[in-house]
Amino acid sequence: MDNIREDILTTIEKNSRIDINELAIRLGVEETEVANALAAMESEGIICGYHTMIDWDKTSIEKVSALIEVRVTPQREEGFDRIAERIYNYPEVTSVYLISGGYDLLVSIEGKSLKEVSQFVSEKLSTLDTVISTATHFILKRYKDHGTIMNTRTEDGREKVSP
Amino acid sequence: MRNQLSDTIVNIKPSGIRKFFDIVAEMNDPEVISLGVGEPDFDTPWHIRDEGIYSLEKGKTFYTSNSGLMELRTEICNYLSRRFNVQYDPRKQTLITVGGSEAIDIGLRALINPGDEVIIPQPCYVSYEPCAILTGAKPVIVNLKAENEFRLTAEELEEAITPKTKIVILPFPNNPTGAIMERSDLEAVARVIIEHDLMVMSDEIYAELTYKDKHVSIAEIPGMQERTLLINGFSKAYAMTGWRLGYVCGPEDIIAQMTKIHQFAIMCAPTTSQYAAVEALRNGDEDVDEMRRAYDQRRRYLVHEFRDIGMDCFEPFGAFYVFPSIQRFGMTSDEFATRLLKEQKLAVVPGTAFGDCGEGFLRISYAYSIESLKKAMGRIREFVKTI
Repeated sequence: MDNIREDILTTIEKNSRIDINELAIRLGVEETEVANALAAMESEGIICGYHTMIDWDKTSIEKVSALIEVRVTPQREEGFDRIAERIYNYPEVTSVYLISGGYDLLVSIEGKSLKEVSQFVSEKLSTLDTVISTATHFILKRYKDHGTIMNTRTEDGREKVSP
Repeated sequence: MRNQLSDTIVNIKPSGIRKFFDIVAEMNDPEVISLGVGEPDFDTPWHIRDEGIYSLEKGKTFYTSNSGLMELRTEICNYLSRRFNVQYDPRKQTLITVGGSEAIDIGLRALINPGDEVIIPQPCYVSYEPCAILTGAKPVIVNLKAENEFRLTAEELEEAITPKTKIVILPFPNNPTGAIMERSDLEAVARVIIEHDLMVMSDEIYAELTYKDKHVSIAEIPGMQERTLLINGFSKAYAMTGWRLGYVCGPEDIIAQMTKIHQFAIMCAPTTSQYAAVEALRNGDEDVDEMRRAYDQRRRYLVHEFRDIGMDCFEPFGAFYVFPSIQRFGMTSDEFATRLLKEQKLAVVPGTAFGDCGEGFLRISYAYSIESLKKAMGRIREFVKTI
């Protein structure tokens, strides 16, 4: 991967709202070069979306999240892909990973209440015929997410002027 | 009561930075923002802090040897060889100090006889001149020029040399200008130094923060290692200012004498910091790289902004400062900085804090987040409109 692409990605990974003009100045290249690289990486699927990091706990909106370990029976010819697809198509599922270790899929899910999440697991997920077992872990507190520490200090501890 | 104070100390003028610091402190206004600091905004990378904590948990709370942990000296020599292609013996040519600052002080003390002349290119960091005076040396100031991008030229050096000249201070990458010396610049200066049989004190504390080609140490230039004291440390590269840890490498006989001063005055550098520094050198390359990239983006942004406002600003390739000119506004650096502080609540340091030839310039630090820099540049823009 060329340097300019890597520089763009590492910069917008932390701040996707940065404007193209500013990005060009910071990287020391022409604005069109940045615009072209962004467009190309979007169409190649390297950039898959521009999302917002929200600490829902600080709002009055109730959200419940859980991580679910799922053991499944892989299917002939399709491996895990077919069952993964059946799971990730549910809109309440926010991520699905195939992982190594004691179980197969790690599913994260978001709902409005404990009841809603539990219902999803017992009624939708566990009843899929290739699912052998599930273990649901409700998230109690989010310390760090996507590289962002949720309750981080912001004050500058330095002296205001120093040599 | 008779005069209790040393005349030498009393006659040293207080740092220009201090004066500005006092004005800011006196204002005590939470609205004041600053581009005035000379230290990184990053926290020390966690794995380095963790290693310091771990050393405390294990009870490593005693003095180390005077020269510092052998393990650390070895890592330093490996690092200097790997990064800058200079070879030193960790046993006899390396001393761990309390920041680069101590190395500057004891290096001068080990080399100077009263009356010797020390060549100091300015603008530069504030400690060389007073430390030289404390040893009884005569500081000889070379006023670097904006037209040379504040590099030291062979001609400027040649002009400053007298039969009494002993040491040349080489403070590059430079605080406050951000200037660097590239290989060809160093080769030209080295020829003069060798011809006149001088020593060099090369303060390379910002070596990792260069944004053009990789930093070149003057010790790497043929014939120079035996006449160079190479000073570096952990403060800038690894964001470890508060740990107070630096080092100096040089000829065995000089390091031996410096170790003597260090042993009587300091005993040893902080033990916790030394253990953390071993981790920094072993596993910190990526952290340095990441911080350098962040600084580089801010540097480009600031140079662009100053030029956009219409303030002359040469492109600095080192440290984390830009040094824009304010000459077209018909104010002194001090007036400009004071009014900027009072009217727009933005603290910057007047160039004169780093030597008289800093007149007409400001030191702007980019050891701040892009968001902070944007806010500050907005205030400079407003200020420039009103004058």
